[in-house]
Amino acid sequence: MRYRAGFALLIALAPACAGVALAFLPKPFLVLAPAAAYAACAIFLLGLPARLWRWTSSPVPFRIPTTCGQQRSLAWIPPARLDNPSTGLAAAARMLLEVLTFRSLLRNSRSRAGDGAVHTRDSLGLWLAAILFHWSLLIILLRHLRLFVQPVPAFVLTLQKLDAPFHTGAHPLYLSDLALLVALAYLLLRRLADPVVRYVSLLSDYLALWLLLGVGLTGVLMRYLVGVDVASIKQFAISLAVFSPVLPRNCGPWFFAHLFLACSLAAYIPFSKIAHMAGVWLSPTRNLANNNRAVRHINPWNAPVKTHTYAEWLEENKDKLKSAGIPQ
Amino acid sequence: MSSDLIQIEQRSPEGDWTATKPDFRKGTWCYSATPQNLTSLDLPNPRPWQPSDPDWKLPENWKQILLDGIKERLEKYRSFRLFMDLCVRCGACADKCHFYLGSGDPKNMPVLRAELLRSIYRRYFTASGRLFGELAGGRELTEDVVKEWFYYFYQCTECRRCSVYCPYGIDTAEITMIGRELLNLIGCNTNWVLDPASKCYRIGNHLGIPPHSLKDNIDFAADELEEITGVRVEVPIGKKGAEVLFVAPSADYFVTPHYYTLLGYLALFHEIGLDYTFSAYAGEGGNFGLFSSHELMKRLNAKIYDEAKRLKVKWILGGECGHMWRVINQYMDTMNGPADFLETPVSPVTGTRFDHVRSTKMLHIAEFSADLIHQGKVRLDPRRNDHWRVTYHDSCNPARAMGLLDEPRYVLRSSCNHFYEMPDSTIREHTFCCGSGSGLGTDENLEMRLRGGYPRAMAVKYVKERHDVNALACICAIDKAVLPPLLEYWAPGIEVAGVHELLGNALVLKGEKQRTTDLRGQPIQIAEEEPAHA
Repeated sequence: MRYRAGFALLIALAPACAGVALAFLPKPFLVLAPAAAYAACAIFLLGLPARLWRWTSSPVPFRIPTTCGQQRSLAWIPPARLDNPSTGLAAAARMLLEVLTFRSLLRNSRSRAGDGAVHTRDSLGLWLAAILFHWSLLIILLRHLRLFVQPVPAFVLTLQKLDAPFHTGAHPLYLSDLALLVALAYLLLRRLADPVVRYVSLLSDYLALWLLLGVGLTGVLMRYLVGVDVASIKQFAISLAVFSPVLPRNCGPWFFAHLFLACSLAAYIPFSKIAHMAGVWLSPTRNLANNNRAVRHINPWNAPVKTHTYAEWLEENKDKLKSAGIPQ
Repeated sequence: MSSDLIQIEQRSPEGDWTATKPDFRKGTWCYSATPQNLTSLDLPNPRPWQPSDPDWKLPENWKQILLDGIKERLEKYRSFRLFMDLCVRCGACADKCHFYLGSGDPKNMPVLRAELLRSIYRRYFTASGRLFGELAGGRELTEDVVKEWFYYFYQCTECRRCSVYCPYGIDTAEITMIGRELLNLIGCNTNWVLDPASKCYRIGNHLGIPPHSLKDNIDFAADELEEITGVRVEVPIGKKGAEVLFVAPSADYFVTPHYYTLLGYLALFHEIGLDYTFSAYAGEGGNFGLFSSHELMKRLNAKIYDEAKRLKVKWILGGECGHMWRVINQYMDTMNGPADFLETPVSPVTGTRFDHVRSTKMLHIAEFSADLIHQGKVRLDPRRNDHWRVTYHDSCNPARAMGLLDEPRYVLRSSCNHFYEMPDSTIREHTFCCGSGSGLGTDENLEMRLRGGYPRAMAVKYVKERHDVNALACICAIDKAVLPPLLEYWAPGIEVAGVHELLGNALVLKGEKQRTTDLRGQPIQIAEEEPAHA
């Protein structure tokens, strides 16, 4: 398993190559493009809820939040409302902020033991790369709506404007494009260059990154470097959205590479660690209030256990209790 | 640092972790549980064996037992199923583990500790793992894997520090608890966990001290307190109809330095005239079942409510103990409640109603004392602690499974004039474990304990060098047992004290004689007699 990263790259190259090849195959093959898009959407839309259902079908027997601040106890001690939530609402706020701002990663540090000390320093690289990547991806996905909806919704136009504050000429540079690629490159290089992260990485960790990079690079390539017929692509995209697909003519090899990579990624998500987008909401150490002593949590499978009852104990210790004068 | 100490250095891991096996060298693992202890708790596969043996005498169908056990737990615990699936191996947890920092062994990184189990989960319980095996991160379940689990799941103190930093809140304590449960199914347990559990179950406390000896010890403590303070205190055991049942870790009655904390409790309860009782049946607050299985935890914990019901008390007060409070705060009510036969605790002295424990009806003594001090119901003379320069170690479970952070600090600051915090990255929710929690505090794995405790010890050394700190206060019985040897090794010259020991030193008792010593019998000197705090 020494060549995990390389092997994952080969796997990720397959859809890209297939996409490029499609542009040079006879026209009837173009039907593979809408087929792939629909198949990927179906797998994603059915697969992710199925995964969620699987998770939620296991109960939460105990309320086990990780408390990261002062509990609510005495009236005059200020509690850490977010990091040690005492109500469901506060726990929801903790969860929401976790998802939106990655607060746990924000605590990250790097420690090294040795020379009679543990040296700890703040380490925000991972948080920064993660937040840049996730938010950029969201913005880019929303910007893609302009290809699927006609007329383009106003919020998408506004988003485009905000995303390209240095608008000059025909090809405005979207900051989200730049941020996405920089963040992905950082995450990949970190995985390859940091000995600790490399040591724990699986093939699937690289595969997710390669697929994302592939989608991002082909997208950027089309937008900034090779000209593509956006009108044709939009025609195809809209036809998909209204469920009357037309064959994607004049879209070019890079578009098909982009499409097949995106489809592979979407279809892969429900089976991969990327499903954390859904699973994180369920994390019992984050989404529960630390109010166990105030409100009883019910365990649906709580079954009686064998205990050593007082009667049994008394039977064994009667004489000792008597001699010591302990009431029975 | 002297060269005869264990050398701690971190090296970059190389190669493939699935190709390495644990080295069962002396000093890193605990002895197996005796067959008698397994039998006494009705646990499977009792037999003589040791982890250093080549043959662990596993039951014939051990593999099926483990796979069935995993399946059952995936269906019972959402935490387990999620934590098997969610990890993205970002590595944020890696250097948060005290065992990784102290041992440099990459399998002590929380992410890899979990991967030991995840690789089996993927191979047998996911489609991709069944199809692609190793390529999908799967691994065959072999006896070597079982040995690896035993080695590393008993090299985790379930301290939850990693879960503070994980972007998905993955809690290695959950994984370790499930891992140990699985090992239990095939009879791979340690004696340091099951011996106290068995004694607690049968006799009533970890050390197996019978009720009459328990009474002797407590009476002796009352005598000693009288010698120090001149005040005679009554200590009821098994008193029916008392208002409060007091449950402490049994180490408080039998072992030093815990014992000085017991003196502190006794002095406090006497001074405020609390109508309370100890119990010999539920004489143990600590719960070594937590280190073995959820079921055993429940079996041991059940005694507390049963005894409260029998004695017809109104509510329960709990002493200074770490894992005990994990169980009480996150499990007791769910497992053994509802405690509808008890009342919401109300302080008989201040009248404060402790609504935050209205369901469990069990209050932490630091919550109780902080309220007493805040309302000015006890007189404290912190100068009696002037020979101590104190820092405070947040015990893992009160910190990260409860959030009891400022109550003990308030008690300490009220009781001591010299209080100093350790660096921010080592206190409160970031606190470093003592390295010996969750049933690892024995002698045979001392090297690993000293390694695991290294980050904590270095933070103590830091305040020792900067502020001449000579006392480390804490609220955990395991801390009090294991921190003294840890500090003697890494940062000599620091004593370990309970928060209520220091409160007991400062507490001015009605009718007391002039105190010349603290509760340890160490001389104290005070320039004038006027108490500083009232």
